Amino acid sequence: MSTTETNAGETPEVPVDPNAVSISINGRSVAARKGELIIAAADREGEYIPRFCYHPRMSSVGMCRQCLVEVEGPRGPMMVVSCMTPVADGQVVRTETEQVKRAQEGMIEMLLANHPLDCPVCDTGGECPLQDQAFSHGPGESRFVEEKRHYEKPIPISDLVFLDRERCILCDRCTRFAREVAGDPLISFTQRGNNTQVMTFPDEPFASYFSGNTVQICPVGALTAQPYRFKARPWDLEQRESTCTTCSVGCRTVVQSSRDELVRYQGVDSDPVNWGWMCDRGRFNFQSVNSEDRLGTPLMRRDGSLAATSWSVALDAVAREMRSGGAVAVLGGSRGTNEDAFMWGLLADAVGSTMRDAQMDDGLPSSVFSLPQATIDSACAAGTVVLLAPDLKEELPVLHIRLRDAATRHGLRIIEIASHDTGLTPHAWRSVRCEPGAQQDAVRSVLADAEMSAQLAGGNVVVVVGRANLAESAATTMAALDGLLSAVPAATVLPVLRRGNVRGALGLGLAPVDGNDTASVLEAAAGGKVACLVLLGADPLSDVADADLARRGIAGARFVVAVDTFLTRSAAQADVVLPAAAYGEKDGTTTNLEGRVSNVVQKITPRGTSRADWMVAAELLHLLGKDAGVATLADVQRLMSARFPAFGAAAASVEVRRNGVVVTSGGARQPAPAVSVTPRSSYDFRLVVSRKLYDLAVGTAQSPSMANLAPGAAVLVHPLDAERVGARDGANVKVSNSHSSVVLPVVSSGAVPRGTAVVPFNQPGADVRGLIRRGEPVTDVRIETV
Amino acid sequence: MARLTEENVRLAQEIISRYPRPRSAMIPLLHLAQEQDGYVTEDAMAHIAGLVGASPAEVYGTASFYEMFKFHPVGRYVINICGTMSCALAGAEDLMHHAEEKLGVRMGGTTDDGLITLERAECQAACTEAPCLQTNYRYSFRVTAESFDTLVDDLRAGRLADEIPPHGTVARVRQHIPADKGAGVHAPEDVKSAPAWLDGKAAL
Amino acid sequence: MSAGGTNSFAPGFYEGDRPRIVTSRFGLEDSHTLARFVATGGYEGLRRALGRPAGEVHDEVRSATVLGRGGAGFPAGTKWGLTPQEVWPRYLVVNGDESEPGTYKDRLLMERDPHQLIEGCLIACYAAGLSQCFLYIRGEMALAQERVATALNDAYAAGYVGRNILGSGFSVDIVLHWGAGAYVVGEETALIESLEGNRGMPRLKPPYFPAAIGLYGQPTIVNNVETLANLPWLMVNGAEAYTAIGTPTSPGTRMVAVSGHVKRPGVYEIVNGTTTFRDLLFGEEFCGGMRDGRTLKAFVPGGGSAPWFLPDQLDLPFEASQVGPAGSMLGSGAVMVMDDTTDIPRAALTLTRFYAHESCGKCTPCREGGTWLERILSRIVDGKGTDADLDQLMEVGQSICPGAFPHASSERLGINATPFPYRMNTICFVGPSAFAPVHSALTLFREEFDARVTRRIHIPVSAVGAAQ
Ligand SMILES: Cc1cc2nc3c(=O)[nH]c(=O)nc-3n(C[C@H](O)[C@H](O)[C@H](O)COP(=O)(O)O)c2cc1C
Ligand code: SF4
Ligand code: SF4
Ligand code: SF4
Ligand code: FES
Ligand code: FES
Repeated sequence: MSTTETNAGETPEVPVDPNAVSISINGRSVAARKGELIIAAADREGEYIPRFCYHPRMSSVGMCRQCLVEVEGPRGPMMVVSCMTPVADGQVVRTETEQVKRAQEGMIEMLLANHPLDCPVCDTGGECPLQDQAFSHGPGESRFVEEKRHYEKPIPISDLVFLDRERCILCDRCTRFAREVAGDPLISFTQRGNNTQVMTFPDEPFASYFSGNTVQICPVGALTAQPYRFKARPWDLEQRESTCTTCSVGCRTVVQSSRDELVRYQGVDSDPVNWGWMCDRGRFNFQSVNSEDRLGTPLMRRDGSLAATSWSVALDAVAREMRSGGAVAVLGGSRGTNEDAFMWGLLADAVGSTMRDAQMDDGLPSSVFSLPQATIDSACAAGTVVLLAPDLKEELPVLHIRLRDAATRHGLRIIEIASHDTGLTPHAWRSVRCEPGAQQDAVRSVLADAEMSAQLAGGNVVVVVGRANLAESAATTMAALDGLLSAVPAATVLPVLRRGNVRGALGLGLAPVDGNDTASVLEAAAGGKVACLVLLGADPLSDVADADLARRGIAGARFVVAVDTFLTRSAAQADVVLPAAAYGEKDGTTTNLEGRVSNVVQKITPRGTSRADWMVAAELLHLLGKDAGVATLADVQRLMSARFPAFGAAAASVEVRRNGVVVTSGGARQPAPAVSVTPRSSYDFRLVVSRKLYDLAVGTAQSPSMANLAPGAAVLVHPLDAERVGARDGANVKVSNSHSSVVLPVVSSGAVPRGTAVVPFNQPGADVRGLIRRGEPVTDVRIETV
Repeated sequence: MARLTEENVRLAQEIISRYPRPRSAMIPLLHLAQEQDGYVTEDAMAHIAGLVGASPAEVYGTASFYEMFKFHPVGRYVINICGTMSCALAGAEDLMHHAEEKLGVRMGGTTDDGLITLERAECQAACTEAPCLQTNYRYSFRVTAESFDTLVDDLRAGRLADEIPPHGTVARVRQHIPADKGAGVHAPEDVKSAPAWLDGKAAL
Repeated sequence: MSAGGTNSFAPGFYEGDRPRIVTSRFGLEDSHTLARFVATGGYEGLRRALGRPAGEVHDEVRSATVLGRGGAGFPAGTKWGLTPQEVWPRYLVVNGDESEPGTYKDRLLMERDPHQLIEGCLIACYAAGLSQCFLYIRGEMALAQERVATALNDAYAAGYVGRNILGSGFSVDIVLHWGAGAYVVGEETALIESLEGNRGMPRLKPPYFPAAIGLYGQPTIVNNVETLANLPWLMVNGAEAYTAIGTPTSPGTRMVAVSGHVKRPGVYEIVNGTTTFRDLLFGEEFCGGMRDGRTLKAFVPGGGSAPWFLPDQLDLPFEASQVGPAGSMLGSGAVMVMDDTTDIPRAALTLTRFYAHESCGKCTPCREGGTWLERILSRIVDGKGTDADLDQLMEVGQSICPGAFPHASSERLGINATPFPYRMNTICFVGPSAFAPVHSALTLFREEFDARVTRRIHIPVSAVGAAQ
């Protein structure tokens, strides 16, 4: 080859995307990507192809045949299902030919053949893809004169979901979701052919934390949600897009109301967050907003008991206490919006308070946010995720779904370090069990293991870190994290603190100053050193693990103000109770666990005279003579922009109403001290107190459909330990240590290693918290028969 | 209602061990359960779910797809009369009517003494010997009203007890792969390269 | 229990003076035993195969053009070559689920000569590099299961199967698996689902071609019992001898079951490609003509799924390239014969009911359409149909199989054939199979339907209103 005359270098080669293909849909040229399905490419182009079984977040099954289109083939046009046929370069697709129309009409007619014509009484009537498509793509009449299939009318398949088999068109969406996405294959097709039906196993209900999603994706009214049944007709519904703040995943949702009452939340497909899914707790707790027990007027203590009063009287009283010169403390804020937290931070600053904390001694030091940060997406795309975290299925359900998907379908390897089996254990590449307090050793053993250390050395490591055990100090987790990060310095961290807006609250002014966290504030209050204790949507008496400390703190504070939606245990002890606007009753922004700021919206009028937390703070500032000059949410956000430019910019962006904007402050690793833990005596059990999805929190306890789903207090031990103790399954045992003792039913469980005892937190039944003392790194207990 | 017996659990484990995925043993284990109890009990399905790593709903979903699994007690003998084309051309309908009369039950029913369940079946792969039937999956060919009556009488008199095991037992011989003779399971995750014998050389 | 056939131990089977590739031992009472098998040249084909490099064995099978006997007629050697490069392990799944109406030969092959099948499986595994073999036998075939289980146990003990076969270093397990009653599981992707412990619902092809994505997502060869039973003979006698029988495009023999209204219904091993339907139905060495001196009305040439043929098509040979253009298919080697006494709508109903009943329920047109067809047809058979029902049958069929549906030509009716295949809106062939008998019966014997239905009187809606 000659060396001189080539043009190389002169005409830069336009890089050809090897994955780009060009197809034509109805004569229009469309750019698509290799591997993409025809139906997905058509969706992007606004060419709607009717479908029932296809769902973009699940694998295609090609069952309903509604999405047939014509594709030019070597021997003339062929009918193909567009939900299973990938695009190919030069492909010619037609979606509106006579053949296609005829096929669509045929499918609709057949689906209607066995479908009851009870749309007027169907929950889905008016928003039903089958009904819609029968109008738009149906034959106009059905010639099916035979008798239709008959089944018993709606049967409950769980506490939350009803199934009407006559309406079911057997699209496999619900069953596929249960199997593929939720990993709870508790519903399945049964029987065969024309008798095929969706069913549970006898006496084993569809008790999935994600069951509500099946109702949302059912293309007909076959699945209905108990909390929504007969609540509203679609044409009465009004809706706005929002963000769920029940936990810190921050699922995008639409909030729907009818006649100024919340009636339903639906998941919205946000690519970086929830993919359209929600957990049932987040989905159904709108009921608590509608609860009769909501606070609607301010209360003030008179003659020892709380009585209704006016806002001005109540606020004057609070302002008076704040002005008195004694220390003011603000605990909570993580259930509110960014704006709420910001204004209360401003107020705390104004009164010179150094006592504030958005966590209830149940999270991690806010220094975790200063570590190099990961996102949900980056964790799912990582090579390895190390879990130093609570059971995500129980605490952050949709994050569980995302990681499960990454592990089962995209090759993510999970190394789980946990005290007992969790929802992700079956999908973990390696599970390392460690006793409470021993996480540092567990990390060392992971690093010493040839395979696991090689995996970690492979790079792209994300550490998911949270507070797995409330009967153990956060310091052990921080020390373990530090050990891991020093060995894998390039790893990023995804902190998984559970409460809805805890990250926003901590970042916008409600993080402890000088180490004055909730525990030390309560200790100070117990010692009479707090003049005015504000509980901002916080209920220490229920939520702080060291119950004794909480009790002493509340009792010792001179004046307690509760800003809340319900009269919680703590609020009932307060001197002034201010009714707060609830979720769905106020606009604002929230920050999820990865630092993503997105909006929440007001859909209904606040209950009674209740108002948003930020308004309360603004009025108090005014009464204290430190008016911040805010009258509207926009004013607050403007102010917020000045103090916290990143949050402000996010709140002002357009994206805040879609996928949100990630605001992180991640920096460098800060060393955490090692913690030494005394060994456990062989007679003792080391206690794990961990959360379940359903507990006594107001969101669930005040939602009638979920109130009974909390599993109840119990102590779980390994079967051999149960045998050693001499207790049969279900028998009561005494769990005790030097602080206290409590009687609980025992459950033997293979998920718990020997020597460990697991007690779910905040459950109906005996309260385990008396056994826990802050300051003790771990909690050891004895278990004896009674 | 019964879980699998200890002996059957051992058999189940042997069956499971032949497959790269335990779940593949689902149908054989359901047969084992049916062999044990005459039908597939809920407890057995829950037990099998645990053995093969599926949910009970999935086990039931699979089991109910297949004709042979019964979820309620049936007779000691299940007589399936074929009604598909070749048998129909040879008078299967008449045979079915005769059978209903003879046994005093309708299709799907079980005689009062619990001995015989009568069912209509589809093609049994014996179409040239039509009409035909199976009793617990053992054939009778070119069945006439008379030969049907003889069959029933023989069943009632216990004359076929040796030939026809009670409902639930299909094959009376089980495969057994001796440990020292087996080539072993080949699971996707364990095999990454071509089998050794594809080396371009003759094996022998 | 009476029995037809040549021998009481092989009811239904008739030998003849023809080449016998797969039924050579059927005349021996103890043909299923290892001793008899070995004494009659058994496992010699395996020995020959192992004496050559695997690739050469594969080439031999390829050049013999061993057509698949399960229904689709795809050459085995070619199929083995369709696996993606360098994806391991690969599996063999043997399809012994025989349940197509009219069909039986795999059952006899398993009952009468199980070792021949085992030998065929081993040759296939060796030639195509398949690491494990699963032999799936229909659930209702108790005797076949017992015979194959015994044969496998004996073959393991004797070192023919399992580890280090015949001392060659070639090792493969054959795992006996059995079904539980579902016709559709015979479809290869459903077979794989079933073998994975699932409901036997077919997977859509593409993308789920078993050779590429099969059992446990791995490349998987699914072959019919008879297909594999051909391999031992082929290994001993060579491709040349194999192709010397039959025609170049349909070499060798095939087993055919002829049932219905003939004098001697039975299973015959016939020469492929050249034997005609007339030979088979009327030849003395085969069925010997119609029973009771009746005349032939129609016949199903290739299992219940196949569109029907008329006496017009009797001279067609067992050769796909001729049967297809004539409007039907050879399918699974089953001929069902109807004489002039046959009630055509009723006969069609027995098949449509079968396919409606056996629908897996996965796709709409088959699940709903099959039952719909059955309901209408049974209404017509019961004398309660109207003329509108006849159109409706065709309409429902259009939703299952859009466009022209194949049928035979008829001199009597003055119609030409519409060639095979059809287009379909379903995932597998069960849906279309429910329609095939309806379509054939209605196209070829419309008068029998017309005589059965009443004419619907159209009352205008306005007239009903006026009367009130
Ligand atoms: C509905 C349906 C049923 C089938 N049933 C059988 C069967 O019972 N036995 C069989 O061998 N093949 C059956 N087949 C064909 C198989 O899908 C497959 O093509 C065959 O087993 C491949 O083996 P072969 O290439 O050796 O013929 C069936 C196909 C369909 C669509
Ligand atoms: S219940 Fe709904 S989602 Fe489930 S299969 Fe039926 S139609 Fe589909
Ligand atoms: S996972 Fe969290 S944010 Fe998502 S729906 Fe559930 S509670 Fe709400
Ligand atoms: S055509 Fe029938 S049997 Fe085949 S996949 Fe569809 S529903 Fe199932
Ligand atoms: S949407 Fe494609 S087949 Fe259902
Ligand atoms: S039709 Fe009855 S056995 Fe085949």
